[in-house]
Amino acid sequence: MKEATPRLVVEGLSKRFGGLVAVKSLDFSLYGGEILGLIGPNGSGKSTAMQMVMGVVKPTAGRILLDGVDQAGRPTHQIARAGVGLVFQHARPLRLQTVLQNILLGLLPDSLTRLRPPPGALDRAREIATLCGLDKVLDRTPASLPFADLRRMEMAKVMARDPRVVLVDEPFAGLARDEVEDFAALIRAFRDQGRAVMLVDHNVKSIAALADRVLALYLGEKIAEGTPDHVMRDETVRRVYIGGAIETHERPEAEINAHQVLLDVADLSVFYGKAQALDQISLKVHQGEFVSVVGLNGAGKTSLFNAMSGLVPHQGTISWDGEIRRKADPAAIARAGLVQCAETRELLGTMSVADNLDLAAQRLPVAEQKSRQDWLFGLFPILKSRRAQQARTLSGGEQQMLAIARALMMKPRLLILDEPTLGLAPVILAQLSDALRVLRETTDITLLLGEQNITFALPHADRVYLIEHGRLVWQGTPARFAEEAGKNYL
Amino acid sequence: MQAFKTRNILILAAILAILVILPFGAGSYVLGVLTTAFYFAVFAMSWDLLFGYAGEVNFGPTFLIGLGAYGAGIGNALLGMPLPIAVLFGTAAAVIGGVALAIPALKLSGPYLGLITLVAVLLLQQAIVIFAGVSGGEIGLSVPSVLSISSKINYAYALIFMIISGAILLTIARSSLGMILQAAGQDRVAAAALGFDVTRHKILAFAVSAFFSGLAGALLVFYLGTASVNAVVDLAIGIRVIIAAVMGGRRTIIGGAIGAIFLIVAAELLRPLGQLSSFVVALMALGVIMFFPDGLLGMIAARRRS
Repeated sequence: MKEATPRLVVEGLSKRFGGLVAVKSLDFSLYGGEILGLIGPNGSGKSTAMQMVMGVVKPTAGRILLDGVDQAGRPTHQIARAGVGLVFQHARPLRLQTVLQNILLGLLPDSLTRLRPPPGALDRAREIATLCGLDKVLDRTPASLPFADLRRMEMAKVMARDPRVVLVDEPFAGLARDEVEDFAALIRAFRDQGRAVMLVDHNVKSIAALADRVLALYLGEKIAEGTPDHVMRDETVRRVYIGGAIETHERPEAEINAHQVLLDVADLSVFYGKAQALDQISLKVHQGEFVSVVGLNGAGKTSLFNAMSGLVPHQGTISWDGEIRRKADPAAIARAGLVQCAETRELLGTMSVADNLDLAAQRLPVAEQKSRQDWLFGLFPILKSRRAQQARTLSGGEQQMLAIARALMMKPRLLILDEPTLGLAPVILAQLSDALRVLRETTDITLLLGEQNITFALPHADRVYLIEHGRLVWQGTPARFAEEAGKNYL
Repeated sequence: MQAFKTRNILILAAILAILVILPFGAGSYVLGVLTTAFYFAVFAMSWDLLFGYAGEVNFGPTFLIGLGAYGAGIGNALLGMPLPIAVLFGTAAAVIGGVALAIPALKLSGPYLGLITLVAVLLLQQAIVIFAGVSGGEIGLSVPSVLSISSKINYAYALIFMIISGAILLTIARSSLGMILQAAGQDRVAAAALGFDVTRHKILAFAVSAFFSGLAGALLVFYLGTASVNAVVDLAIGIRVIIAAVMGGRRTIIGGAIGAIFLIVAAELLRPLGQLSSFVVALMALGVIMFFPDGLLGMIAARRRS
């Protein structure tokens, strides 16, 4: 049952990274016996907030009171000993030791002189393993375990510490559907033991059934708080995830289908070690078409694009220009005209705007370099005035424009834009949206846009694919999207 | 699993038994080669505790070895300390030097600790050359005391020292302390989130590694009769220690001893090849590291499994 006084109180918590404010004066409380979901799109500051609570990142300002004692800025191990535990999404376990020994690790005291585990620890480790459903794999090494069991083991390690506050980072990422329910049960068990639980995730949907209360972050600030239902219906939240009113301008299907297929992806699956990120995705992009792939953060969009660009190994086939690709050589793929503008932008921070563009133009004749640069400066006038400035000193919006311009400099036949709206203010979105319209109307560049923000993704698209949890769940025209898929999106 | 372990222990016991009875049959030349190899084995095992367990690459094992060796040499030759006190003095110098280096270096992340350890060796080397009046400079520092003039007794000292050091290092590595070290080496943040003071544990690992490196360096001086840059400080020596540990098998402790003995014995066996011998030994080391990243011990384990 939820306790009367909060166990964890966060007051005015802020974090700056240079000029970037990742978390801005955040306040929230967490009670024993409740599950709080901390959600926000990529770049919203949720992970930074979690890391500050755990002491992995030092806050710039604010207080983190655990049972009334301020922990802000203390080292991680002291915060852990004060009663906070973190279930990592990707932790590196002890590779040579068994599952049992890995759990035992959580029961060891922080001592430089003790060579043996405390008495009874081994039995306790076995007990915890059974609670977490690991009793059958006790003597196996982590390398031989399926992904879900590795996550269970991380849970067991944290349970061994007997924390009063448990933070869980992306509880269900990489898990198959039937495993999700098992995991939810483990997390509920944490709550039912009277612990205070905080889940950190991209969206409400995945944790709605589990969380008692949800807090939504955007651009480092709290935008909504309440029951999962309340937050899902909240206007601001819907605007952040879906955007405002949706307009569509698709071209007739017959006109699109008359062009040849430029990129044909069939049954594409991607695994990261044991975690499956994509499950048999098939999609086609016609010459000159504008296709949007929408889905919440963590759905698998970036994995899909990285597989197309030859950056991650995959199963299934990718055909480019009618030919099945045999070898994944990222440089050759980019030279053939498939250029990705990555979510992370990947600018060369210490080089100037002009140098970033010149570098991408190395393979063009000098005259064309110049004319293309002029065209891009026309598309993004602000870059012209910033041409001598170092890329890392640009604002987020300007950096995104430079990233797109740099990709365009490579004369792509297909330009993949991965989450260009990430962390950007609405006014910048409008400028980017205009640029996309110009690209669609005045060039023959084929565009593949990956977005979480539907309002941004739909207006220029001819066709839309919706991805959820690594699977393709819907495809069709933007006009049909709102009706058929929009309601269940969040 | 248990049968596999028992078999390993039997093999290890057999090898040790051969080493113990060897002095009764072998000549002093063979014993001399092995005596040096045993000290090297301790260098490599100490290095493995730091790299294989605590996850810190120390590119300058000879900084610790050199402090131990020169500390002991100076204590004996210049300060008039008797041999056992001089050995302790050298060991203390290595531990103090190692910890003094580790405390600031461990605050840095990524490859910087490795770079600092590398620079530390160069600094020590320069200091020895500059303060030639105390250290003997490039010629080396002769010590009046020796462990023994009998090759058999020297061999016995080195063998016993190696076995005791190996046993202690292995006990630490296999203990719950060793488990915390490995956790910190694998994932620093995750280990801290489990409540472990990662920096303190790593400094301890540095101190233990420094203790055995320094002690071995100090004893080596009283076996060789001199402390010289070429024998205990030079970067090339440090690289041989690293190769021995990696080649023998990372994260095994014993692998370091096997690698060190293999390297030194192989170099002696190939001596008839002249200049080519060190080339061939390096080539063999390269082959093992490239094709069996888990080292000789890993290679044996893999063959057993198949």
